[in-house]
Amino acid sequence: MIFACSIILIVLFIIAEMFQDSVEAREVFGWKFIFSSDWDPVKEKFGALPFIFGTVVSSLLALLISLPISIGVAVFLNELVNKALRTPLSFLIEILAAIPSIIYGFWGIFVLAPFMRNTVQPLLQSTLGFLPFFKGTPYGTGLLTASIILAIMITPIITAITRDVLKAIPTAQREAAYALGATKWEAIKMALLNARSGILGASVLGLGRAIGETMAVTMVIGNRAEISASLFEPAYTMASVIANEFAEASGNLHVSSLIEVGLILFAVTFIINSFARLLIYSFTRKTEGK
Amino acid sequence: MEENKAHTSVFAKPKNLKRRKIVNSIMLSLCVVAAVISILPLFYIFFYTTKSGISSLNLDFFTQMPKPVGEAGGGMANGIVGTLILISLGSIIGIPVGILAGIYVTEYSGGIFSNLIKFVTDVLSGVPSIIIGIFAYGVIVIPMQGFSALAGGFALGILMIPTITRITEEMLKLVPQSLREASLALGVSRWKTTLQIVLRTASGGIITGILLAIARAAGETAPLLFTAFGNRFWSTDLNQPIASLPVQIFNYAISPFDDWHKQAWAGALVLISLVFIVNLIVRIVTRDKFANKV
Repeated sequence: MIFACSIILIVLFIIAEMFQDSVEAREVFGWKFIFSSDWDPVKEKFGALPFIFGTVVSSLLALLISLPISIGVAVFLNELVNKALRTPLSFLIEILAAIPSIIYGFWGIFVLAPFMRNTVQPLLQSTLGFLPFFKGTPYGTGLLTASIILAIMITPIITAITRDVLKAIPTAQREAAYALGATKWEAIKMALLNARSGILGASVLGLGRAIGETMAVTMVIGNRAEISASLFEPAYTMASVIANEFAEASGNLHVSSLIEVGLILFAVTFIINSFARLLIYSFTRKTEGK
Repeated sequence: MEENKAHTSVFAKPKNLKRRKIVNSIMLSLCVVAAVISILPLFYIFFYTTKSGISSLNLDFFTQMPKPVGEAGGGMANGIVGTLILISLGSIIGIPVGILAGIYVTEYSGGIFSNLIKFVTDVLSGVPSIIIGIFAYGVIVIPMQGFSALAGGFALGILMIPTITRITEEMLKLVPQSLREASLALGVSRWKTTLQIVLRTASGGIITGILLAIARAAGETAPLLFTAFGNRFWSTDLNQPIASLPVQIFNYAISPFDDWHKQAWAGALVLISLVFIVNLIVRIVTRDKFANKV
C-alpha cells in the first residue's frame, strides 16, 4: 500500500526540505551557530544558544514539576479508586490533553502570569531569595511560568503512559507483596520500581512534547533572547522564535537561520521520541512475554 | 535475601510496622493530592473561559466580521469559515492517508516494514507542529510565492495523519479474526474483505477517530502562522491568505485592547466546547466498543 509508505516519505521529505533550506545559515555560521548567543536580525548575526537554553531549561523544569504529579495520578487512578470514579476522572485528564495550546497560553497570560507576579514569585523571593534562581524583578511572565504551563500540558501524557505501564505489571506480583505483609504503598512502590523503564519512557515522551510546544510558551515566556540564571527572567525557546519571527523574517539569512533552528528542534525531538518509543515498546513486549 | 528481611521486620518489630503504616497513608494521600492538583487547572480554565467569553458569545460572533479597534461587538465569521475551509482541506489529505496506512499496519502486518511504519507514525505524531508549518512553508508557500489557505490545509492534513492511523489501527484490531476468515473462506478477495467487511465493521470507531483528529487540528495555531497567515477580511480563495479561529485568538490575545480580548475569549470558548463535545462522543462510542468486546 502506497499510502503507508507515504508517511515514511513525508518524514524523509521534511528532513530533506529543512536541510536544504538552512544551507545558507550553515555555510555562514557553521558550528558557531549552536554556541553563539548573538541574535541580531539587523546586523544579520545569528546564534541559537539562548533558544536552546530556554527550551532545555523550561522543558526539564516542566518535567520535574509534572513527573511526581503524573505518577501520583496514575497510581491514584489505577490502584486506589473504584471504577465509578475512575472513568470520569480519566476522561477529565484526557480533556486536559486535548485543549488547544493557544487556550493554555491565553489563560497563562491573563490568569497564571498575574498570579505568579503577585503571589508566587514574591513568596519565593522572600523565602528562597538568596538562591540565584529566584533573583530579579518578578514580571509574571518568564521561564518559571512557562514551565508551569508546560507541566500542566504534559501531565496527561505522562499519566496515560504510566497507567498503561502499571497495568502491564502482573497482579500476581502485587498479591505476592501483600502476602508478605506489605502495606499498600509498599506494594505500589514495588510495582513502580518494576515499571521504572516504562516510566522513564513516558517522561522522555513528555519531555519531547514540552520541547516542541509552541503557542502556550510563546505567550508566557517573555520572548527575550538572553541567558540568565534567574527563573523569573524572560527567555526564549526554539519553537517560539520561529513562531514570532518567521512570517516577518527579513532577508534570506534570517529565514535560513530560523529554519536551522527548526532543524535543531526537529533533530532533538526526533531523537527523544525515538528513544522514548523504543523504551516503551521494549517494556510492554517484555511484560507481554512473561 | 531482601524479602527475608522484609519478612522478619513485619513480625518482629511492631514499632516499625507503625512507621510503615504512617508512610503508607502519607504516600497514598499524596497520590490523592496529585490527582486533585492535576484536575484543578482544567476546571479553572473552563470556568475562566466561560466567564470571560460568554458575554461576547452571541449570534453576531458567528455571523459578523471583525470590527476595527475601539468599536464594540463584531464577530469572527471570517475566522470560523476559514477554519472550516482549512479543516476540509486537511481532511482531504489526512483522512485517506491515515486510514490506508492504518489498514496496512493491521491487515498486512507482520513484516519489518509495517513495524517501521508504526514507528515512523509514532515519531511523526511527536514532531512539533511548528516544524510541520516550516515544511508546508518550504513545499507550498515558497513555490507559490505567498501565504495561502492551501498551505495551511496541507499542514493540518499532515498533522491529522498520525492520529487517524493510530485509531484505525486500534479499531481494526477489535474486529474479530473469524470475520475475516469467514469472508476469505467464501472466496472473497483480500482487498474486498478488508474494504467491505473489516472496514465496515470498524467504521464507527474510525469515524470517531477522524472527529478526534479534526478537533485537534481545529485548535492548531503554530503551523498556520506562516502558512495560512490570517486575514482581516472575508476570503474563501484557496490561493490567498485565510483567517482561522486559533490565529485570530492569538492575535487578539496579545493585543492591548479589551474589546479584542473579549472576542478572543469567546473564540476560546467555542474551541474548548468543540474539543469537549468531540471527546465526549469519542468516549461514549469507544466505551460501547470495549463493552461489546468484553
